[in-house]
Amino acid sequence: MSYEFLQILWFVLIAVLWIGFFFLEGFDFGVGMLLPFLGKKDVERRAIINSIGSVWDGNEVWLLTAGGATFAAFPHWYATMFSGFYLALFLLLVGLIIRGISFEYRSKDAAPAWRNRFDWMIAIGSFLSALLLGAAFANLARGVPIDENMMFTGNLFTLLNPYGLLGGITTVAIFLLHGANFLGLKLEGELRERVNVFAKKLWIGATVLYIALGVFTYAAGFWARGYVNPGIVPIAAVVALLITGYFINRKMEGWAFIMVALNIVLTQVTFFSMTFPNVMLSTTNPEWSLTIYNASSSQYTLTVMSVIALIFVPIVLAYQGWTYYMFRKRISTDKKTLVY
Amino acid sequence: MDPITLSRWQFGLTTIYHWLFVPLTLGMGWFVAYFQTRYYQTKDETWHKMAKFWGKLFLINFAIGVVTGIVQEFQFGMNWSEYSRYVGDIFGAPLAIEALVAFFLESTFLGIWIFGEGKVSAKVHLASIWLAAIGSNLSAVWILIANGFMQAPPANSFVLNEANGRLELVNFFALIGNPKAWIFIWHTLADGLAMAAFLILAVSAYHLVRKQNIAFFKRSFQIGAVAGLVASTLVFLGGHTMGQYMAEVQPMKLAALEAVWETEQPASFSLITIGDLSGKKEIWSIRIPYVMSFLACNNFECEVKGVNELQATYEQLYGPADYIPLMVVTYWTFRIMMAFGLIMMGASAWFLYATRLKDYENAKWMKLVPFGALILPYAANASGWILTEMGRQPWIVYGLLKVQDAVSPNLTTVDLLISLIGYTVVYGSLAVSMVYLMKKYAIAGPDAAMHESVDVAPAPVGSQD
Ligand code: HDD
Ligand code: HEM
Ligand code: HEM
Repeated sequence: MSYEFLQILWFVLIAVLWIGFFFLEGFDFGVGMLLPFLGKKDVERRAIINSIGSVWDGNEVWLLTAGGATFAAFPHWYATMFSGFYLALFLLLVGLIIRGISFEYRSKDAAPAWRNRFDWMIAIGSFLSALLLGAAFANLARGVPIDENMMFTGNLFTLLNPYGLLGGITTVAIFLLHGANFLGLKLEGELRERVNVFAKKLWIGATVLYIALGVFTYAAGFWARGYVNPGIVPIAAVVALLITGYFINRKMEGWAFIMVALNIVLTQVTFFSMTFPNVMLSTTNPEWSLTIYNASSSQYTLTVMSVIALIFVPIVLAYQGWTYYMFRKRISTDKKTLVY
Repeated sequence: MDPITLSRWQFGLTTIYHWLFVPLTLGMGWFVAYFQTRYYQTKDETWHKMAKFWGKLFLINFAIGVVTGIVQEFQFGMNWSEYSRYVGDIFGAPLAIEALVAFFLESTFLGIWIFGEGKVSAKVHLASIWLAAIGSNLSAVWILIANGFMQAPPANSFVLNEANGRLELVNFFALIGNPKAWIFIWHTLADGLAMAAFLILAVSAYHLVRKQNIAFFKRSFQIGAVAGLVASTLVFLGGHTMGQYMAEVQPMKLAALEAVWETEQPASFSLITIGDLSGKKEIWSIRIPYVMSFLACNNFECEVKGVNELQATYEQLYGPADYIPLMVVTYWTFRIMMAFGLIMMGASAWFLYATRLKDYENAKWMKLVPFGALILPYAANASGWILTEMGRQPWIVYGLLKVQDAVSPNLTTVDLLISLIGYTVVYGSLAVSMVYLMKKYAIAGPDAAMHESVDVAPAPVGSQD
């Protein structure tokens, strides 16, 4: 396999990992943010958490694998992005930590104050994570200041520009909607009714923000800088989101879920084709951008990693898919069937 | 404080913290899987309770390993960007493989184990805990392969690319076959098992002293004693092997952990050494002749190189600089680890003997076990890592890259203070809730672990339940 082919392959693989992460952990974040608002009683909150209880950690591993794969395949990308976005990433890590620990600990003590505290930590942690991930990706699309030595020269406030913030908030809104749709599929009875009401409102907000983000991206010319024109992909993403409203109103939860999932996937596809072959665009001087060519590992490492990915990615996909199948039943608020 | 010092503190603290919880996960997974297998085979309710009760403690501990692990994955890029550029070609691979091969396995199947009882077949439920245990131990294998490269990069695995100044992988099998890594793996997986065995001993002793659930905890205590003896013996043998291999690949670390100043043949083992304030000169010591030679090369006569001679050699090889690690730290952490390790071997042998006596649970020494059995492995484990990592200084990749050239150049003191204080606060509160829950569930005993949803009475949030 030629060196260039491998570099493109790994760009695509990392894109796939991020897409998987946004698709899967997206609804986990949404469910987390909805938790204190949707669940009024303790059993209800427990049922909501159980809807993702067995899968959230596995979903988070998509992020870890994306990070690890970036390190292995594009060390400069890993080094520049993670050191450059230092404080934003630190906050993301705090968000992920307080969320993760709360899933496991909230039901291990019966005191209402204890549980309420952890429930809010789940919501805040999920919100922070979604916001920061969205802002980080928006900034990658926009470009960031990078000097001739591949060094990020900005700071936290460089990332807090209007476009970055809009990207963050839109991501929060989309994930909220995604989470509501997921819960619509997993819950039953009164909770399911309540989620439907939430989904209707969330759909309006998410759609407005999403379109605003699209217009901004287009108007600022962020999207025509790579080699690949995303073409109709972003339009399809908008259409998927618009159709979601119809399915939510008809209470067709499965279809609503699929449409938002499609929106998330297509948005990511748009993002990655917008940047290719850059992995981090320099706003200081486009010549200094990190690309799949100057940021990658050696041909040998990419070959080794390709063989390993070829063997293990299908296996992982098979057993993760199987888990969802095993736990496909709706979750009731009957205490006898809940796992604490 | 300068960014390098802060980055080092931060990396050291967060890693030690992560690593305080991980060995218990590694070891306890095997125990829970074993208990559940016995239950599956015998349908004996005590085995069921054992799987549930020890499983509960396993999970409370596990959660901390997960959330602190995420930080580890990103820290190399965040704080050590130049390091990441320099070795990414080599070091990134085991990290990515760890996530793909180990973390997915462990997190997915643990989810099935927690939520699947009664929902999936008993066979699948049993298989899931085994797969989770295998997954977490596999993760240790891969991360230790990564760490092994930093400690002793195998010469035939990489080349320096002169054009871009980075290391490049040329032989993947040499990377994963690194002897240093496999000795690490041996010593560390055994350490995990020992940690879990000693936690079981400690909690069992606590209940036995109070005469609660005697049958349950006697069975646990006995299993803990057997496993503790086997594991701590393996730890000891692994440690001895480590010392010998270290003489070959990291002679300076060996000299520093033993306070061997001048080259000696045969070399004596120092029981106590008092140095000057810089930790780089000896003032007074008690030594046993020949023992150090034995530790380093299995015979009583061989030569052990001293710090001063090595410093001179390194200056010739790598240019003028200080190549001597902080001796006070390496020296004392080694002593703590080794002493505690020997005590653990002795103690578990004694426990095993004692379980054959009648009424051993009433013996006076039992009262010491709950506390002592916890301190020993935790202190030894943390000391071992501090020794390993501090003994590698000033190198981040031994003989190739120094720590000072590895740090992210764009980070300011303010950035680092924010994150260091932030981690300290977050990790501190994690520890508080974790210790609280561990104590609560350990003390509540097996019956509470069986009926958790009763134990956790309905708690109204907002309206009444
Ligand atoms: C319960 C924990 C525990 C116990 C009882 C021991 N160790 Fe250990 N030791 C570790 C836990 C540990 C560790 C934390 O797991 C380390 C750090 C790196 C590693 O692989 O293991 C370690 C490292 C470590 C090193 C440094 C390796 C290096 O830097 O290359 C040496 C020489 C030893 N050990 C030797 C021993 C000896 C001779 C022991 C006598 C019984 C002993 N250890 C007991
Ligand atoms: C989990 C057990 C580990 C513990 C407790 C531990 C502990 C430490 C400590 C105390 C330091 C600070 C040393 C100093 O600054 O003088 C350090 C540094 C470091 N360790 Fe580890 N370490 C562990 C495992 C690892 C592993 C598995 C890796 C790599 C895969 C690693 C990579 C590093 C790096 C990159 C540094 C920073 C550079 C340096 O100061 O040398 N550590 N670690
Ligand atoms: C400094 C390098 C290290 C990195 C980058 C790292 C990375 C991680 C990550 C990302 C997780 C969370 C996985 C999840 O979400 O399920 C984790 C947890 C864990 N790590 Fe570490 N770790 C490091 C040190 C170590 C060491 C030295 C070991 C063992 C020898 C180890 C073994 C484990 C285990 C067993 C868990 C708990 C199980 C789990 O959380 O999945 N780690 N680590």
